[in-house]
Amino acid sequence: MAVYEEKSARPAPINTNGAIYWLKENLFATPLDIAITFLILFVLFQVVPPFLNWTIFDASFLGSTKADATGSGANWIFVKDKISMFMYGFYPQDQLFRLQILVGVTLVEIVLFKYIAKTIKQKIFVFVLYPIVAFILIKGGMFGLVEVPTNKWGGLLLTLVISFVGIVLSIPIGIILAFGRQSNLPVIKNLSVVYIEFIRGVPLITMLFMGSVLLPLFFQEGVELNKLLRALIVITMVESAFVSEAIRGGLQAIPKGQYEAADSLGLSYWQKMILVILPQALKVAIPNLVGISIELFKDTSLVMIIGLFDLLSMVHLTSNDSHWLGMETEGYVFVTFIYLIFCYGMSRYSMILEKRFNTDHR
Amino acid sequence: MENIIQIKNLNKWYGDFHVLKDINLEVKKGEIIVICGPSGSGKSTMTRCINYLETFQEGELVVDGIALEDDVKKIRDIRSKVAMVFQHFELFPHLSILDNLILAPMHVHQIPKHEAVETAMKYLKRVNIADQANKYPNQLSGGQKQRVAIARALCANPTIMLFDEPTSALDPEMINEVLDVMVDLSKEHKTMICVTHEMGFAKRVADRVIFMADGQIVEENTPDEFFNNPQSDRLKQFLEQIITH
Repeated sequence: MAVYEEKSARPAPINTNGAIYWLKENLFATPLDIAITFLILFVLFQVVPPFLNWTIFDASFLGSTKADATGSGANWIFVKDKISMFMYGFYPQDQLFRLQILVGVTLVEIVLFKYIAKTIKQKIFVFVLYPIVAFILIKGGMFGLVEVPTNKWGGLLLTLVISFVGIVLSIPIGIILAFGRQSNLPVIKNLSVVYIEFIRGVPLITMLFMGSVLLPLFFQEGVELNKLLRALIVITMVESAFVSEAIRGGLQAIPKGQYEAADSLGLSYWQKMILVILPQALKVAIPNLVGISIELFKDTSLVMIIGLFDLLSMVHLTSNDSHWLGMETEGYVFVTFIYLIFCYGMSRYSMILEKRFNTDHR
Repeated sequence: MENIIQIKNLNKWYGDFHVLKDINLEVKKGEIIVICGPSGSGKSTMTRCINYLETFQEGELVVDGIALEDDVKKIRDIRSKVAMVFQHFELFPHLSILDNLILAPMHVHQIPKHEAVETAMKYLKRVNIADQANKYPNQLSGGQKQRVAIARALCANPTIMLFDEPTSALDPEMINEVLDVMVDLSKEHKTMICVTHEMGFAKRVADRVIFMADGQIVEENTPDEFFNNPQSDRLKQFLEQIITH
C-alpha cells in the first residue's frame, strides 16, 4: 500500500512563457511559418506606407477650394467642404441645429436607458420615446419646427434612419415569424415558411424595385406613398425574414427539456416563450443578429437605385460637382471609414452583449 | 381515502410502437409511490402522462378531480397542481436561482413578488441552499441544481410531486444530498410519484412500489413484500441484477 503526500504547485519551466516564446511558437515555428511571416511582412510593407502617405503625410487638409491642395496625396479639403452633404444630404442648412440636437438626445437616451431606467417598463418607455423624438426632430412639421420633406434627407442621416428602423422593426416581426415557423398550427406554420422562403429567395434589389413599382398598386389611386416609406417597408419585410431564421437557430438550440420544464410549471404558451425560451434563444442568436444588422447597415446603400441618396451615393453626387471633379477616391475612402466605424462598433457591442448575457459562469 | 390520481386502461403508442399497455393505477392522497423497471419499460412515459407532457391515445386519466382531456385550460389547471422534477434538472440557465423559483408563483399563481420571494427562500432553506439564491444554475453542482429544482417544484405548492429519475444524472457523491431532501419531503404527506432506481429510498419511504416492464405494470406491492417476496420472474430477475452490484 502506498499513500502519497500532497504536492504544492510550482511555476512553469522557463522558456515556455512570455513574448519571445510566443513569437517563436506562433510566427517562427517551422520553415513554412517563417516564410509566411516574411511574406506577410513584405506585403504589409508594400501596402501600408503608401496608404499612410496618401491619406495623411502627403494629404492636404487646409484651404477651401480644389486649388488649395498642396500635397500629392488625398485632398481632404473636398470632404471638409462637402461634409454636410455626406452627413445630412440636402437637409436645409438653417435647420441643421435640429440634427445636432438629435445627437445630444441620442447620448441622453443612451445614458437614460443604461443607467437611469431601472425597471423593464422604464426601459421600454425610454426605448419607445427615442424614435418618436427623433422623428419629430428630423421631420418637423409640428411643435413650431419647419417640415423637412423626406426627399431632403440624405447621407449618413438617411443610412442611419433606414438601418435603425429596419433593425428595430425587423426583430419583433422576426420573432413572431420564428414562433410561427415552429408552431403546431399548420396554417400559421406554412404561411411563415412561405413568407420566409420567398423573401430569402429574392435579392434585396429586386424587392426594392418591386417595392417602388408594386407597392403603390396596393393603395388607392392618389395616395402618394413616399419613397422613403416604401424603402422602409421593403427593407423591414426582407430583414424580418433573415432575423426570423437567426432566431429560429436560437430556438432550436434550446433543449426540449426547457419547454417541458416551463410547461410543467403551468406557464401558458406566451409566458413560456417570452419568459423562458426567447431570452435564451436571443442570447444564442446575438452573433447572427448583429451580423444581419451589419449587413443591413451596408445594404442600405442599395436604396440608391430607387432614388434615395444615402451615404454611399453622396460620393457620386458630390464628386460630380464641377468644382470638385475627380474626387471619388477621397469620397470612397472617407465613406469607407464611416462604414467601418459603425460596423466595428456594432460588432464590439455584440461582444459586450454576449458577455453580459453569459450566465454560464463556471 | 380518496384517489387523487386515477388511471384507467391507458394506452399509448409512438407511431406503431405500443409504449404503454393498459395501465391501471390508483394513487391515494398522500401516498408515496416508487416506480422502477428496466429502461424503455415506459415508467417515465407513464409519469409524464400525469401532467400531460405526454399525450395518450386511449384511456382515462383523472388528476385531483380533473379529467384530462385536450383542453388547454384544464391542462394548465392540472399542471399548476402537479410539480415535476426532471432527470436533467431543467433549471432556466438565464435566471438566477431565486428568479427560477419565483417565476411560476408570480406568473401562474399571480402571487406578489415579495411573497413569492419569501416562499422561495423558505424552500431554499429547506433544501439547504439558501446561500446560493443569487447565483446562476450553471454555477452550482449537479446535486445543488437538483435540490434547487425540487425547491422550484415546491414553490407552486403542488398537491402532487412527480420525480422522473431525479438522481440518475448525478455523480455518486451527490445522490445522497438529493435523496435526503426527498426523504424529508416524504414526511409531509404530499402525494409523490418517483421513478427511480434508488432501492434504499424505496424501502425507506415508499408506501407502494411498482415494477414496470415492456409498457406494463408487472407487479405492485408494499416495499417489504416487493423486495423480500417478489412474485413474477421478471421482477426477480430485475432485483437480482440491481442487487448483485
